[in-house]
Amino acid sequence: MTPLEPIGAGRKVLLGVAFFVLFLALWSAVTFGGFVQRTFLADPLTMLHEGWSLFTRFGFARDVGITVWRVLGGFVLAAVVAVPLGIAMGAYKPIEAFFEPFVSFARYLPASAFIPLLILWAGIGELQKLLVIFIGSFFQIVLMVAVIVGGTRRDLVEAAYTLGANANGVVRRVLLPNAAPAIAESLRLVLGWAWTYVIVAELIGASSGIGHMITDSQALLNTGQIIFGIIVIGIIGLVSDFAFKRANQSLFPWSAR
Amino acid sequence: MLDGVTRTFPGVRGGAPTIALQPVSLDVADNDFITILGPSGCGKSTLLRIVAGLDAPTAGKVLLDGAPVTGPGRDRGMVFQSYTLFPWLTVEENIRFGLREQAMPIARQREIASHYVERVGLAGFERHYPKMLSGGMQQRTAIARALANDPKILLLDEPFGALDHQTRGLMQELLLGIWEAERKTVLFVTHDIEEAIFMANRVVVMTARPGRVKDDVPVSLPHPRHYTLKTSADFSALKARLTEEIRVEALQTQPVSPVPLAR
Repeated sequence: MTPLEPIGAGRKVLLGVAFFVLFLALWSAVTFGGFVQRTFLADPLTMLHEGWSLFTRFGFARDVGITVWRVLGGFVLAAVVAVPLGIAMGAYKPIEAFFEPFVSFARYLPASAFIPLLILWAGIGELQKLLVIFIGSFFQIVLMVAVIVGGTRRDLVEAAYTLGANANGVVRRVLLPNAAPAIAESLRLVLGWAWTYVIVAELIGASSGIGHMITDSQALLNTGQIIFGIIVIGIIGLVSDFAFKRANQSLFPWSAR
Repeated sequence: MLDGVTRTFPGVRGGAPTIALQPVSLDVADNDFITILGPSGCGKSTLLRIVAGLDAPTAGKVLLDGAPVTGPGRDRGMVFQSYTLFPWLTVEENIRFGLREQAMPIARQREIASHYVERVGLAGFERHYPKMLSGGMQQRTAIARALANDPKILLLDEPFGALDHQTRGLMQELLLGIWEAERKTVLFVTHDIEEAIFMANRVVVMTARPGRVKDDVPVSLPHPRHYTLKTSADFSALKARLTEEIRVEALQTQPVSPVPLAR
């Protein structure tokens, strides 16, 4: 191996798949080999079987749908407010000085710790779930966007000024397009975190969703269903990540990579 | 046009303030091609940035056609040493950036852009993004972008400094050709003596920091100029003279004789 040397597409896929295979083999070995009690860890086949019955007998599709809806709802709400605020903070230093200390503080408040409070305020309905995700995503997005916009190359801004752009033109025609790919990339990251928050929100005080199913299965000691639920989350995450990446590439063809 | 321009940078961490420019005065006539030649760190780029309005003088003022310069504007086009094309815009869109800012009708924008694309020899590359272009082509686009705005004066801050020797030579001829055809007023900052003579009808030599004008040398070599000029006797004589002047200045900041090691 040579440092930073790229590898061919075929080998890349092969290596990526190889780890999944290895992982599955290890899992099968410990479960089928009887090294772990079935109560604590279901084997892959039981897991698939449980998953199948989840969909066919327990209406799991509806749970998945609800969870996806919550993630997207909370995430979109957060992004719609956070991105413009982040842009304003990155572009204008007084605005940044006003908000930045509070946002930096709020960023460290764990969204999951708000759940009991949010249940008091908003009940155990959909609003509470959306708020958990909103709180978890909002401050992260604001800070990341502010840093991205604030890091715009000075010489590009200066070039725009010498071409006759005013402050408004610089924001609209330099800062925004320059920051767009990195903003999209940071949204992709935060969406991944939003998935963690939604499951936590559903573990407590929910009557539907993937997280709710997982708590139910725990009461029944059904590790097959729990693992299936976790894997479904992983797959949805992978798909949305891939979609996001593709969208970024087609939206910003001029960007590196 | 430049009247007693001074620039002092505040000291860093309680240190003494740095005087970048001692009073510099310079009169620039219409259609002059002036190169500002000086050793590195002499404040020649600072001077150009002050003319562009990107930096403010500590004292003195810059007048353009009698009006004081208070900030950057499209009457002073600038080409930077670093590549400053907007990476999200194509070559053609980059050239139209300033025109779009003026809210000019799109048809007219395209007309002007295509004229300058042609002028800098980039026909066929209009739809390319900057990352697909070589350094020389990026700087051609940057020159076209500045010229498309029809500025009163074109400011160039070591525009070919990052290019290899051959490309640099070609770019010099290209820019000179444009100047000979369109007769713009140009201020061109460089530390390359040959470049300074070849391009200019006046070479302004600056001292080491704090910078001031040391000499103002007219270059009366005939136009149109061709690269073979660089080997002519007149050119060599000028070059020898300026080399000596610059060397004296460079020596002040960077002694050639080795510093003896302390025992």
